[in-house]
Amino acid sequence: MDKIRALIVDDSSVMRKIVERSLRQAGIELEKVVEAANGAEGLAALQSNVVDLILCDINMPVMDGLEFVRQVATVETAKGVPIVMITTEGSESHVVQALSAGARGYIRKPFTPDQVKEHVLPLLGKKR
Amino acid sequence: MSAAGRLAERSHEENWLPILELAIQEVFEIMLGCQVKPVAPSEHKTNAEFTAMVGLAGALCGILTVRCDANTARLIATHMLGDAAGSEEQAADALGEICNMITGNFKNKLAGTDEQCMLSVPSIISGGEYTFRSLADGVSIETALLYEGASIFVRLQLHS
Repeated sequence: MDKIRALIVDDSSVMRKIVERSLRQAGIELEKVVEAANGAEGLAALQSNVVDLILCDINMPVMDGLEFVRQVATVETAKGVPIVMITTEGSESHVVQALSAGARGYIRKPFTPDQVKEHVLPLLGKKR
Repeated sequence: MSAAGRLAERSHEENWLPILELAIQEVFEIMLGCQVKPVAPSEHKTNAEFTAMVGLAGALCGILTVRCDANTARLIATHMLGDAAGSEEQAADALGEICNMITGNFKNKLAGTDEQCMLSVPSIISGGEYTFRSLADGVSIETALLYEGASIFVRLQLHS
């Protein structure tokens, strides 16, 4: 698998770094990591960056993750890019909302690197 | 029975303290690779130099706080990030995220509450010279945990 470009959207800079580390631990080679602290920053980042994978929190200030996922569908260069939610929100209704909005995976915090591997690798077409 | 009474009764009947402690232990084990164990709050005192808070609204209304001293907050950040940790900002950020995950994990363990309860984004107070007062009736559940020889205090204050 080629190196990938990832966008990580989370209001915690610590969590963004943990997510990046988890991707590397999953054996995913990262060409570039773009970070954003909320959905609005994430959308702005997509205007100037083409990415292969988006990982996104739900509870964030300014624009939450569900609204971000809905709006990603309108960004031409991001259409078809897999989005995985990584969030403390564990309810079925949040999962349904996220998947309906266009997310392809859902990981509940706290999470292990193995969970990231399990949810992300199939979306990138890599065999486990 | 008043709403406060029903809340107190439910928290007592369902014995929420062990559920809260389990939620805390899972977060530390999974995200930091560390074990924490409950201790009597009176056994360990700490300078609460950092306080992280996450609000709950809906089926549960209130606030969950996590308090610890600055060294402990930095240690948490170091465990979460490895060598990359160090600044006070990262320590506060890490404690806020721990508080966020504890609140979410606790909420997810309560039957019938998860679907109807929203969480705020975390806020962090630096400095211990403050007094917390709640103006609403409610229930308070507090526990202290020993983490790498230092105490961490977690308090769930629920309103009716």
